[in-house]
Amino acid sequence: MALRVNCAARFIARWKPRIVFSQTEKLRGAPVICNTNMSSANAPKVFVSRRIPEKAKSLIASQCNAILWEKDEPPTRAEYLEKISGIDGLFCLLTDKIDAQLLDAAGPNLRVVSTMSVGYDHVDVKECARRNISVGYTPGILTKATAELTIALLLATSRRLKEGIRAVETGEWGTWKPMWLCGQGLDGATVGVVGMGRIGYTVAQCLNPFGVARFLYAGHRNADAEAELKAEFVDIDKLYSESDFVVACCALTPETAGMFNADAFRKMKKTAVFVNSSRGGVVNQEDLIAALESGEIGAAGLDVTTPEPLPTDSPLLSLKNCVVLPHIGSATHDTREAMAVLAAENLIAGLKGEKMPSKIDD
Amino acid sequence: MSSSDQLPRVYVARSIPPHGMARLRERCHVIAPEGDEAPTRQEFLDGARGMDALFVFPNVKVDKELLDAAGPQLKVIATYSVGLDHIDINLCKERGVQVGYTPGVLTTATAETGISLLMATARRMGECIQAVKDGSWGTKWERSMWLAGSEIAGSVIGIVGLGRIGLAIAKRLASFEVSKIVYTGRNPRPESADPIGAEYVTFNDLLGQSDFVVIACSVNESNKGLFNAEAFKKMKKSSILINISRGAVIDQDALYEALKSGEIGAAGLDVTTPEPLPPTDPLLALPNCIVTPHVASCTVTTRNNMCDLMADNIFAGLEGRPLKTPAY
Repeated sequence: MALRVNCAARFIARWKPRIVFSQTEKLRGAPVICNTNMSSANAPKVFVSRRIPEKAKSLIASQCNAILWEKDEPPTRAEYLEKISGIDGLFCLLTDKIDAQLLDAAGPNLRVVSTMSVGYDHVDVKECARRNISVGYTPGILTKATAELTIALLLATSRRLKEGIRAVETGEWGTWKPMWLCGQGLDGATVGVVGMGRIGYTVAQCLNPFGVARFLYAGHRNADAEAELKAEFVDIDKLYSESDFVVACCALTPETAGMFNADAFRKMKKTAVFVNSSRGGVVNQEDLIAALESGEIGAAGLDVTTPEPLPTDSPLLSLKNCVVLPHIGSATHDTREAMAVLAAENLIAGLKGEKMPSKIDD
Repeated sequence: MSSSDQLPRVYVARSIPPHGMARLRERCHVIAPEGDEAPTRQEFLDGARGMDALFVFPNVKVDKELLDAAGPQLKVIATYSVGLDHIDINLCKERGVQVGYTPGVLTTATAETGISLLMATARRMGECIQAVKDGSWGTKWERSMWLAGSEIAGSVIGIVGLGRIGLAIAKRLASFEVSKIVYTGRNPRPESADPIGAEYVTFNDLLGQSDFVVIACSVNESNKGLFNAEAFKKMKKSSILINISRGAVIDQDALYEALKSGEIGAAGLDVTTPEPLPPTDPLLALPNCIVTPHVASCTVTTRNNMCDLMADNIFAGLEGRPLKTPAY
């Protein structure tokens, strides 16, 4: 059984600064999780706020005095603020609120915050900039996992998988009926991508062989998408009125906040399938509920909501034509490991004063 | 409009889309049971008596009993499916009853279902939907690997049966930047496989190499129970099995054991033994098994296209012309 690292590490670091422990070396019969390097006095002190994949953990532990949170349950806010006192670097997840209060609790040594996510609306980047704290994030590497999840969600919604699964479980599956649970196909459909960025483009590329008749998109121009997929750049109203599938792949910004509202849903086809894997904040959720209830649109698939987690009594969950997933866009073994490693690399580079692989510019 | 006495008579096993009814009524007198429920076997046998044409579904067994009940005037049977395992083709041949089915028109919808099931299983959608519903989203999601699933990018896809549907699935998955597509079957199909770079391998090779195994072959006596305990042992422990062909190709008890023990990673089934699968079936209690109620061809467009094909087959059979899509 591994020793809980915080106390052990600090104790050892204070009393035996020159001793190096390896990952697997036993100390008094138990493996020590964290390492100190040769000059532990110089090794930066970091807090890793969750259990992370082994590869990333080793990377951090080999270069830092790492305080690793190893419990399944996350630290409470109070525990978190206590643990980060005096740290130089912080490894966090997108469910951690990195605000002035937290930065104060960390103290003036904190110079790098590294989040294991591409979204950073949980980090007060302006406040970090003010305090000369570099912020690292993980763009690019979660594109495939998120694009795949977006497509999985689109198909699950359009082909009514949730209803199908439930019908089997409840015994509603009688002998085969010709139009029961019939859904919408991609073959011959018009797909509207709102935000043809890395993720949106990958989604469109993957959907192409499904027989999509036309790709429309709005947001910023993407010449590659236009060349490869003949995607048409249109104004948002045209996208709404002509798309069979409306896929939200845009970042959450002041411009996009709440853009999918009653007006937008009214402009969409009555059979439209709306998919959101970007951020809950781009959707006016009350308006979405109303649109689904009244048949203003056909169905919705959401990997992101407001709030997260979504309370279990949310009206969204009682709608047959709505699938909600718990923000698993990047949740694959490969991608989570890659994100953790990149976040570790960001952290270490930032602490050394070297160029961070992915730094947020403010 | 000629009196219904002179029109050939077609018995329809149960309610079909309005489009289908309208087409049949162009040239036939259509007899269909009331309501949505399927007729019992006896009701169907009684209904088939004296008919010129029958319109059946995959759950209607077309055998000696049925052909005897219908009578020698029966000219054509049209099945609303591409599967033929419910029909005694040889007997129909012997008795000069033409059989029409619906290949091609349902390829796209079925391939889409196969992929939606593959992706839902890969990303643990059953567990995800449940976690949202029961509130465990609130307690476990802060873990960095919570509900982590499998990526299609970089994986090896194994297609068992590179027919129309298998090929359609392979073509769609190719754009996900998979590492490799392998397939198996009685013979290699270079004309289908070469354009997408799919490699012909033995069944055992496919089992050993694949991260995703998709069963898309037709099922008959020769391959019933093909996926048995031995086959599962040869598959990767993390592999995901998808079945959109017929439940009979899998030894379902062996599948349960393999899923429970971790011999394979997960399974997504649109077809089972029996259908419907009783809600008490042990497969439904496994977190790593998703079952959908045989909805493969279920899009409005596809079902209407199937109706058109079915109607055309019936008219051809009644008028003594070759069928548009004959089963033999």
